[in-house]
Amino acid sequence: MPSSKLLTLSEAISRFVPDGSSVTMGTALESFIPFAAGHEIMRQRKRSLTLIGPISDILFDQIIGAGCVSKVRAAWVGNVITGSAYNFRRAVESGTIEVEDHSNLTLAMGLRAGAMGVPFMPTRTALGSDLFKTNPSLKTISCPFTGDTLTAVAALVPDVTIIHVQRADEYGNAHAWGNLGVTREACLASKHVVVMAEEVVSPEVISSDPNRVVTPGFRVSAVAHAPWGAHPSPVPGYYNRDHQAFLDYQRDSQTPEAFANWQARWVDGVRNSGDYVALLGEERIAGLRLKKHALAEAVDYGY
Amino acid sequence: MGIESRGGSQTRPYETRPYTMAELMVTAAAREINDGDVVFVGMRLPLLGFQLAKSTHAPSAVGVYELGITRDSPAPEPIFTMGDLPNLYRAQWLADTADVMGLLQRGGVDVSFIGGAQVDRFGNLNTSYIGGVEPGKIETRLPGSGGACDLASLAKRHIIIMAHEKRRFVPRVDYITSAGYGDGPGWRERVGLPRGGPSAVITTLGVLRFDPESKEMTLSSVHPGVAVKTVLDSTGWPLRVSPNLTQTPAPIQAELDMLRRFDPHGFWTSD
Repeated sequence: MPSSKLLTLSEAISRFVPDGSSVTMGTALESFIPFAAGHEIMRQRKRSLTLIGPISDILFDQIIGAGCVSKVRAAWVGNVITGSAYNFRRAVESGTIEVEDHSNLTLAMGLRAGAMGVPFMPTRTALGSDLFKTNPSLKTISCPFTGDTLTAVAALVPDVTIIHVQRADEYGNAHAWGNLGVTREACLASKHVVVMAEEVVSPEVISSDPNRVVTPGFRVSAVAHAPWGAHPSPVPGYYNRDHQAFLDYQRDSQTPEAFANWQARWVDGVRNSGDYVALLGEERIAGLRLKKHALAEAVDYGY
Repeated sequence: MGIESRGGSQTRPYETRPYTMAELMVTAAAREINDGDVVFVGMRLPLLGFQLAKSTHAPSAVGVYELGITRDSPAPEPIFTMGDLPNLYRAQWLADTADVMGLLQRGGVDVSFIGGAQVDRFGNLNTSYIGGVEPGKIETRLPGSGGACDLASLAKRHIIIMAHEKRRFVPRVDYITSAGYGDGPGWRERVGLPRGGPSAVITTLGVLRFDPESKEMTLSSVHPGVAVKTVLDSTGWPLRVSPNLTQTPAPIQAELDMLRRFDPHGFWTSD
């Protein structure tokens, strides 16, 4: 048997997110955002990170606000239901972080190139746009077969991808269901994968349904048990999106002072998921739980 | 969960008209969807526009969402983002971003919706940088493309939804995040875009469309109570007005009833 990869989230971040590394997060877009990992990165005062992701909702803004980031390679950084992300704005406008501007498709293609071990992937998006001016990973090429002008997206090979999933075994085999965004490409493209799971389950549970495995366990570096670890983003089968948290964050990030208070309360004042859930409180937790369950039919993998 | 509307009051201005401007805009957006269209649905107001179209005149429309969702039925409960769990419930397909973007890239999407901060006379859209792109020249950094650049590049047509203000309607955008018609006729073909272009801009004042020859934005309808002069004064170039200018049709009661079911607290549709 392989050895267990189970670590605390704190150990996993300490070991696999060194200063200066490139980190992919938020790969399922609005869902499964690994907020608990981002908060651990902030608590450990990581520095000079490159953040990679399609849209990050407010997670990238938080990590930028904590001073951990020197570069962002993303399609969008903001607050999905309110608009602008203030720490991101301040950092870019003052020149303290560098941005490589992607679209969701160019980011997906960059990760897919990384996943497939080729230097670039072609696409027809972004032609004529100014993304080429602020993204050196995009170049136009002529198709060798048709002569069409295409966008070539350079391979993205992150040092580590951190994903949040519903359940995983201690060897890194993980089940995720729902919309997956660029999760599969990101895991395959990365040198390391850290899996955060709502539940750690026996290997038999995972191997009973291999189609639902998001990436093969042999490529995963660490597994961390992180209940409510994607809050305030939603996790199918576990909890709904906490819209109020995103509305509150718009106010709590408007000034550096307000953000410092927010970070002191929600990040630095918390040691682990137990503290975080306690801070959320029972009433709020209850309000986010599923109100209607919808189980899929079982499938037969027999022989 | 007690979600309140953003900022302002939740009251709708029934004393002046029986609907809000946002309700009118969402309804106008929904009416751009034909029955049977494959619709790439963007974040915020378009989420509501698709739900409305699907529940009224376009029951056979299919919704595609960039995070990897395809739906052929409206979400059963109000949603604020495309990743909200009701939007996954009995979806037609849950997949990857590259899958749905591939569908878009190969010409399988009829219409898409995007929002913007700055637009120009040829429908080029900026959601990235106001001012320059160099440190020190950036006046405002906006969130960026998300999927908007892809939708504008690859859908058969796309519709822009935004506030109509002079600072937003500029002769030339500071940065093209999502391509319109570039500098005019033939530009999209020259840069290699396979198809498409903006077909309408739905604003807080009216609906604008693009002249088939010149590719220039033209005022097509004004919303009830809006003077043409107000539109012209809120546009940063001499705006052409269609000789067939009309008034944007107001939402009918069935549309308003449906909208208020999907947005019961007026989160998106309060003025």
